[in-house]
Amino acid sequence: MVQRPKKRESAAPQAPVALDDRGLALSTLLGSALDDVDVQIDAAVDEVVVVLSPDDLLAVCRIARESDDLDFNYLRCVSVVDYEERLEVNYHLFSLAKRHKMVIKTSVSPEAPNVPTVTGVWRAADWFEREGHDLFGVVFIGHPDLAPLLLYEGFEGFPGRKSFPFHDYDEW
Amino acid sequence: MIESTKEPGLDSLDLMINMGPQHPSTHGVFRLVIGVDGERIVRAEPHIGYLHRGSEKLCEAEDYAQIVTLFDRMDYIANLNSELGYALAVEKLMALEIPERAEYIRVILCELNRIASHMLFYGVYGLDVGAMTPVLYGFRERERIQALFESVTGARMMHNYIRIGGVKEDLPDDFDARMKALVSQLELGIEECDRLLTDNEMFLARTKGIGSIGPTDAIDFGVTGPSLRASGVAEDVRISEPYGLYDRFDFGIPVGTNGDCWDRYYVRVEEMRQSLVIIEQAMAQMEPGPIMAKVRRITRPPKGEVYMRTESPRGDLGVFIVSDGSDRPYRLKVRAPSFANLQGLKHMLRDAYVADAVVILGSIDIVLGEVDR
Amino acid sequence: MEIELGQGYGAHEGNEPGDSIFQKVLPNAVTAMSTDLFAAARSSSLWTLSFGLACCAIEMMSTHMSHHDLDRFGVVTWPSPRQADVMIVAGTVVKKMAEPIKLLYEQMPDPKWVIAMGSCATNGGPYYRSYSVVMGVDHLIPVDVYVPGCPPRPEALMYGIMQLQEKVKKDAKQRGTTS
Repeated sequence: MVQRPKKRESAAPQAPVALDDRGLALSTLLGSALDDVDVQIDAAVDEVVVVLSPDDLLAVCRIARESDDLDFNYLRCVSVVDYEERLEVNYHLFSLAKRHKMVIKTSVSPEAPNVPTVTGVWRAADWFEREGHDLFGVVFIGHPDLAPLLLYEGFEGFPGRKSFPFHDYDEW
Repeated sequence: MIESTKEPGLDSLDLMINMGPQHPSTHGVFRLVIGVDGERIVRAEPHIGYLHRGSEKLCEAEDYAQIVTLFDRMDYIANLNSELGYALAVEKLMALEIPERAEYIRVILCELNRIASHMLFYGVYGLDVGAMTPVLYGFRERERIQALFESVTGARMMHNYIRIGGVKEDLPDDFDARMKALVSQLELGIEECDRLLTDNEMFLARTKGIGSIGPTDAIDFGVTGPSLRASGVAEDVRISEPYGLYDRFDFGIPVGTNGDCWDRYYVRVEEMRQSLVIIEQAMAQMEPGPIMAKVRRITRPPKGEVYMRTESPRGDLGVFIVSDGSDRPYRLKVRAPSFANLQGLKHMLRDAYVADAVVILGSIDIVLGEVDR
Repeated sequence: MEIELGQGYGAHEGNEPGDSIFQKVLPNAVTAMSTDLFAAARSSSLWTLSFGLACCAIEMMSTHMSHHDLDRFGVVTWPSPRQADVMIVAGTVVKKMAEPIKLLYEQMPDPKWVIAMGSCATNGGPYYRSYSVVMGVDHLIPVDVYVPGCPPRPEALMYGIMQLQEKVKKDAKQRGTTS
């Protein structure tokens, strides 16, 4: 695969933030609900983003799930993004009753990618975390069974990471 | 209610049955290892990954226009809905205005694809339960829809039609007439399929009360779509977070009561009828106009990330794109509805007999292409 | 005692052995090589192993259904490999699935044939740069007919099966065997 020269990247504009009323109400709500935790509340296009460290993750997730104002009962997706010097784990949450949504982000280093599991809070995280472990190598501490999900037994390497090469096409 | 088959004084072993990757009823390459005690399932372990093609990694090597073809093949039964989810995600990131006619065309074709997908579910579910006729009826209706798709998009299955900014080309001239004829044919077809299977005694005996999942459990496991609505939760992405033009249409969402297999089946039959309602309203409202927004030939969205959710026939399809400003995504993650729905399988199999395993698996309506990606 | 036998029962009026239909029509037809006979029989009743892997499986199902109907060719889809003749590999072959495919192929008794349906089974298809895809099922098992397309139309698959029928008969003539 030809490596494209990345010359236009820095000139690219940033996507504009466009939070709707529910998103704005949620950011103010989060400001008060999470004021004793070290978080950073941001926004990306139309989602409220909460950035925190892996140690605070479980506490914040429990507050998000159990608080009556927030009521995030639906974990939509757990995704891992490889930013080369760090691995970022995103938790996309939605509340079915209140219809607001947010993303919780936490970053770990590739050498020690340990994140506490949230399967105790939402059972939906089970296979998403297994997939994150399989493809990226993120270790979810406390997960009941981190066996390989998508890759075959004995697969070496973490294919989701940027360092894993693409298969070059050979004409056999 | 199901008594144990263990008798005192007798030595009994739990038997492990492997419903292997090749099985007539596993809807693709899915492996379910069941531990049984007599006829009762005591343990069930799903194994997936037999169709893991690395689509998400491949998306980082292809530009935005080429990725549409990969999305076609992820959920290979509802292709247009997958393409729509992807195109809407990129358009949200770019804050792009889509021409109205393109939006109407998208809605009409996606709802038609929803009917085609549910028809395939209907046919294959009948086959799972043991009825040989529904599959022929279901595929007959599907062939009608696929013939129309062929005239519009050029392909029966992998359409590559919904592009970023609109659709590829305008509808053919005879579309109106063909669509009217198709809608009336489908109404009769759905009615016939409904009459054949829904109140059939044997079907009721095999699906009523089997594999139930309650509403809080379903939400907790991340189950979405018709399987969630069958458990009594009135949640539909088209209503809770409307995208496209769904806020202009007046349609209902069928909601079940028990969350068992029959409810999951019947919710889909009713959804087909509601899709016809949406299609008729869209056909009446559609006006001539442009079908593609003014976009560059090579799509370069701004830096940022976006999560877009749409209602695919299987549930809540989420597309998460991280863009670094170049013509290829930095990371693209697909939240496939079948992946999450399959997590509820173990819970649904908790009180089942071996013969119910196939019926319960069929009622979730999974597509392995999007489970494994 | 004379028995009245009615009309048409005199000599050369259908009463002699030489008048029977078997003697009149079939003697020239039945003297064929047994391999040709068996090949004709086998090609008209190819039972396929229902082995849909991915998207091509949906088109394979459509081909079996009433609009395109493979049943009129004698093709019945059969779940057990022990009683199947043809394995239609419909879909992408993933490395995790390679072992089950090999096992299934070995479980099928001779004579057996393989149709590689779709571009993924032919050479990897749109996933040719993926880390987990086998670039074509012919890396694992010998293939007789390749049906290109993504997915191939039902008519293309029917043509592929008809080509396989021709191959079965031609192989019997040329090699004196049907495997």
